Amino acid sequence: MDAQTSFLDKLFDRGLLHSSGVDGLYARSGAFEDVIRRFEDYVLKIGEDETSEAMVFPPGMTMADFETSGYMKNFPQLAGTVHAFCGDHHGHMGLLECMATGKDWTEGQKRTDLALTPAACYPLYPILARRGALPEGGVTVALQSYCFRHEPSKDPARMQMFRQREYVRVGNADEAIAFRETWKRRGKEIMDALQLPAHVDVANDPFFGRAGKMLGASQREQELKFEMLVPITSSENPTACMSFNYHMDNFGKAWGITRADGEPAHTACVGFGLERLTLALFRHHGLEIEDWPDAVRATLWG
Amino acid sequence: MSTAETVRKIVATHGKLPVDVGTIADDGDLYSAGLSSFASVQLMLAIEEEFDIEFPETMLNRGTFASIASIAKAVDTISAEQQAA
Repeated sequence: MDAQTSFLDKLFDRGLLHSSGVDGLYARSGAFEDVIRRFEDYVLKIGEDETSEAMVFPPGMTMADFETSGYMKNFPQLAGTVHAFCGDHHGHMGLLECMATGKDWTEGQKRTDLALTPAACYPLYPILARRGALPEGGVTVALQSYCFRHEPSKDPARMQMFRQREYVRVGNADEAIAFRETWKRRGKEIMDALQLPAHVDVANDPFFGRAGKMLGASQREQELKFEMLVPITSSENPTACMSFNYHMDNFGKAWGITRADGEPAHTACVGFGLERLTLALFRHHGLEIEDWPDAVRATLWG
Repeated sequence: MSTAETVRKIVATHGKLPVDVGTIADDGDLYSAGLSSFASVQLMLAIEEEFDIEFPETMLNRGTFASIASIAKAVDTISAEQQAA
């Protein structure tokens, strides 16, 4: 049995996660959720003084904003869109017939105005754009969302539905880059406080296909993305539990977010993979929270 | 037409540059001239089609597409290898 399946089975056996029958889709126990809540409180306190406002998004976003984000172009293999039955009485009869005879009943499904949110910060940008020019000095938003990525896996750290907590900095290039550097440093301090073995490394997003190779290489060469890597189910391929991203003015231009001086906004974000960080804690400190090191417990539970 | 001249034509049609390609020297930096990551992908695909070649993964990076000269050099290298094969 490989390390991924073995850790997943331990989590099931201990009742920290519950299987759904589909890889990457799990129910969380009360204890698991308590760790997530405590971690979020801890991280929210760290960035409290700099935060302009907080938002929590539902797990879906508008299809129009999903298209604007470019996600479907770059990561079609990971995206999920919401389709629904939109037929009439006759369509319903056909649907019942298909279901009764075991045929594919999904063929008649039609697109809705919703896509599953692939990255927690996407729904923020259109909201900011609609407000008009940013205030002087830009804004910093604390947000959280459930996200979806279609990549079924036995690795408990690669869920299909999971939460990202983020801080997003929207301002000029200097402000965005300074923000990212600050959080790279803070990220390491957080991992030290939680006694998790971690290091920061340059990274790239899993862009699709041959065009993707080029985009990924370009992202690395420009050092636009860094990840905080922690071994969870493998020490050779540690898991990214945080990411530190500078998007340049890509999102500012895509959604039309303008600064006080009329120029397109530059954005940066720090993302915390909440389930992954929680899994890292269980992996390194054991499945019994009571047995975790006192200092770690004090950091999270105060 | 030399490889560089053909590349220059493709940069003009697919590079989506904010400046006239005629003002850029063969060894001029296309990224500082405004070539975006996304446009460089379009450029890569157009060049593959024009020259009937396929860039190996090791060449799919910013360095290859940094200038008209670097693209032309990559095209000539790949073409020579494909003919030799």
